[in-house]
Amino acid sequence: MSRITLKVNGGAHTVDVDPATPLLYILRNDLNLQGPHFGCGLGQCGACTVIINGAAVRSCILPASAVKGEITTLEGLATNGKLHPLQQAWIDEQAPQCGFCQNGQIMTAKAMLDKNPHPTDAQIRESMNNTLCRCMSYNRIQAAIKRALEKPLGFQPPDTAERVVPLTHGAASGGSRASKKAVVA
Amino acid sequence: MSGNIPSQVEEILSTNRRGFLKTAGLLFVGMAAPDAPAADAPGPYPVVDPRKLDSWIVIHQNNTATFYVGKTDPGQGTGTGFRQLMADELDIAFDNTTCIMGSTDITVDQVGSGGSTAMERDSLPMRRVAAEARRVLLEMASARFGIPVDGLAVSEGVITVKADASKHVTYGELIGGQKFNVTLSGANAASVSGKAKTKTIPELKIAGKPMHRDDIPGKVDATTKWAVDVKLPGMVHARNVKPPYACAKLTGIDEASVKGLPGFIKVMNKGNYVAVVCEREEQAVKAARQLKTTWEKPATAPFPSSEDLFRYLRNAKPAAGTTPLQEGLVGNSEAAFANAAKTIEAEYEIPFQGHTAFGPAHATADPSNGQMTIYSNDMKTYGMRRGVATFLGMPQEAVRVVYMQGSQGFGRTAAEDAACEAAWIARELGRPVRMQWMRDEETAWDTKSPAFLVKMRGALDAKGNLAGYTYDALSCDYNHLGYNEPDTTLIAQLMGQRRAKPAAGSAATPSDMYAIPNRRMNGDVVALPAIWETPLRTGNLRDPNGPQAAFASESFIDEIAAALKADPVEFRLRLLEAGTGDDSGFRRARSIAVLKAAAQKYGWDARPSGKPRGAGKILTGRGIAYTFRGQSMVAQIAEVEVNRETGHVWTKRMVCAHDCGFVVNPESLRTSVECGMLHGLSRALHEEVRFNTEKGTSVDWGSHPTLRHADVPESMEIVIVNGDPHPDRPDLPLYGAGEACLKPTMAAVANAIYDATGVRIRRVPFRPERVLAALKAAGV
Repeated sequence: MSRITLKVNGGAHTVDVDPATPLLYILRNDLNLQGPHFGCGLGQCGACTVIINGAAVRSCILPASAVKGEITTLEGLATNGKLHPLQQAWIDEQAPQCGFCQNGQIMTAKAMLDKNPHPTDAQIRESMNNTLCRCMSYNRIQAAIKRALEKPLGFQPPDTAERVVPLTHGAASGGSRASKKAVVA
Repeated sequence: MSGNIPSQVEEILSTNRRGFLKTAGLLFVGMAAPDAPAADAPGPYPVVDPRKLDSWIVIHQNNTATFYVGKTDPGQGTGTGFRQLMADELDIAFDNTTCIMGSTDITVDQVGSGGSTAMERDSLPMRRVAAEARRVLLEMASARFGIPVDGLAVSEGVITVKADASKHVTYGELIGGQKFNVTLSGANAASVSGKAKTKTIPELKIAGKPMHRDDIPGKVDATTKWAVDVKLPGMVHARNVKPPYACAKLTGIDEASVKGLPGFIKVMNKGNYVAVVCEREEQAVKAARQLKTTWEKPATAPFPSSEDLFRYLRNAKPAAGTTPLQEGLVGNSEAAFANAAKTIEAEYEIPFQGHTAFGPAHATADPSNGQMTIYSNDMKTYGMRRGVATFLGMPQEAVRVVYMQGSQGFGRTAAEDAACEAAWIARELGRPVRMQWMRDEETAWDTKSPAFLVKMRGALDAKGNLAGYTYDALSCDYNHLGYNEPDTTLIAQLMGQRRAKPAAGSAATPSDMYAIPNRRMNGDVVALPAIWETPLRTGNLRDPNGPQAAFASESFIDEIAAALKADPVEFRLRLLEAGTGDDSGFRRARSIAVLKAAAQKYGWDARPSGKPRGAGKILTGRGIAYTFRGQSMVAQIAEVEVNRETGHVWTKRMVCAHDCGFVVNPESLRTSVECGMLHGLSRALHEEVRFNTEKGTSVDWGSHPTLRHADVPESMEIVIVNGDPHPDRPDLPLYGAGEACLKPTMAAVANAIYDATGVRIRRVPFRPERVLAALKAAGV
């Protein structure tokens, strides 16, 4: 075990772990950042993607000791309570089905657009090609990326109050009191 | 805590009331942050009584409503659909409602999800109870104002005296926080009813409108809490150690190989089931890899290799004790063949295909208070509760399943494995246990869709009519797994539990309305040499067996059309219109409607398929397939580009005409159909379970590939069809929509490849090497 300090979403956290521990487990289990998901543990599917120094990185195969730089997770995309334009586009296009992969889809898309703000269709397909979805929401995801592109430069996300926001979107996801307590604990 | 309402329901209600105040209009606050720990509901957990109105609907003082339904929604939008329908029947604003699903201690048992039954069947009692709640509220208002019910109007949860608009009362003021205390008629959740009538289709105002799904914001802003996210005080992590070979017998465990690892707690073992438990997740992953175990291989091979599978099936006899499936017998097909001017025969091969859920199997089990709480994304939580209880020998009332979101499994969680494993370990250890499978386990050992070998024959008479037709399918489906059965779940098998009579499994026959004068359709189930403790366990995969049957039958109809030099759409219409009778769901009329709608949307170029090949590297073609599931009709057109140098197939355009009756939420229907088509495309182009004679060799996304972004068509178009002869009728039914959309896809793509290349591919999937070999063999 050794003490490792990670800079995540603007904060710093020190954990005492085996330095070979994949970053994913530390994010999920120690830092309670559960946007990144375990899908394969092999770097194949992208469910665990985070952004480090501007690059989309598979946190399931990245030893914590090898992390150099500031980590951004899905939880860190929104600013001042406003969704990132990609997140808003995901809602507008109704992109997810089950949603389990969407962390990887959104984070991979963000890293792509940060490097190349005006990708062609072919570049979108190529950049996203190793980020998998078993519900096959690919067409919606590509539409959402293009929708985010359509916004003029300097685009600001719309006021969330303008949108139809369900009262309790967590509840409709099948949550219950016991389950919510369990995850908040 | 009195009256008819189950105590757990009452507890969650108070939480929900707080939740409404906290969350209304806010994005970043999830469902109510509970104020009391889970131990507040220590059990037991009696079954929720569906005959009590209070089990289904609660009205809060702030004039909002919570619906409790016994369904699960893995991401196709049924939860939003239930809210639309129930809000409509209750006459309350959609935004003032929420819907709780699937947790066994607070919702009635409507089985959970499966079979595309959400709207078609299980929304009906929801509508009836919501209508009954509205009726009761109107009676309460009538008593309050001293005015007959027909002197009252209701809109968005406010009841107003028609003659004096200044007199009004909200639902919340009438009953907020109190119980209805109304007993419904009917024996079970499917049949419960009140005195009120439900609305007709034209009376519905919210259902029928496109609505954003309510589960999506939390899935993109990371506020949704998933079953994999559960953390409990004292929780430990478990990982399985799977047998390295099918049917292997455990001969030794060297616990010393892991004993010194940090965080190591215990090796769990019974029979051939082995797992390790550690304090931290990564420790359990490491310990499971490091644990030294020895195994004895079975004396005989448990199955042929995947390369030899269809040779094996050709020589296989129906499994003992199974009964052939015989459907749609018309005329005398053998006489038609005896008199045929020409006979056409073909065989089609569909391999085992995996569910390969994106998130491997997982569950967390809490044995506190002598009870067992399971946190799971199981699609059939109520069956899981019974299965876990039986497996552990606990009373059902001691077990509850808390339903949470998880990765879509398309039937994988109907025969879920992790819950029994987590629960058994949790009880042995006396601590909460989080179990999660690794990718290689999930891909190799999940439930499989059965392989099919289908032999088809067509008899053409001298006039060029399809006079005779036979369909003979062999389905490799013996010992098909049931829903969370305690004696077929993998841990039970590995522990040596065997049911005396394995499930017979099932084959399938084509679903079409073709009028063929002499027709025979038969399906048999065959068994592999080993049926227990093997990674080739079969289980329901999205429209079980439907895509296999449709691949064969709709490819074959295309072959007949090509032999007759008939346009494939025209030929299908001719077969449909040759019959005059129809069923109560108007399947013939609606079949014709979807075929015509798809062709029109595509701009179908009527001509025989197998067009003259171009000279270039890329060959293009289009193909159509039509089928139905239940009463949901679908016709699909695929346009492909086939690279003659590499064998690569790109489906450039897909068109789907879809008729599922009244559509509750056109927006979520479109996305579900779109994704379903791509699932069909993935099965057509990529998916095949590989194995040698010892074990599964498909173990990850490389060895069991799936569709990717680059495979997505340039254009996907969906036409929502209402082909009912009386499209505006007030009782237009709602039919299922989760599965029909992928059923014809494999055939549509195969038919398009034929049109482009003149080469018929009768073996799924159409991977480049297979397509290229077929092209070479045909001299293309």
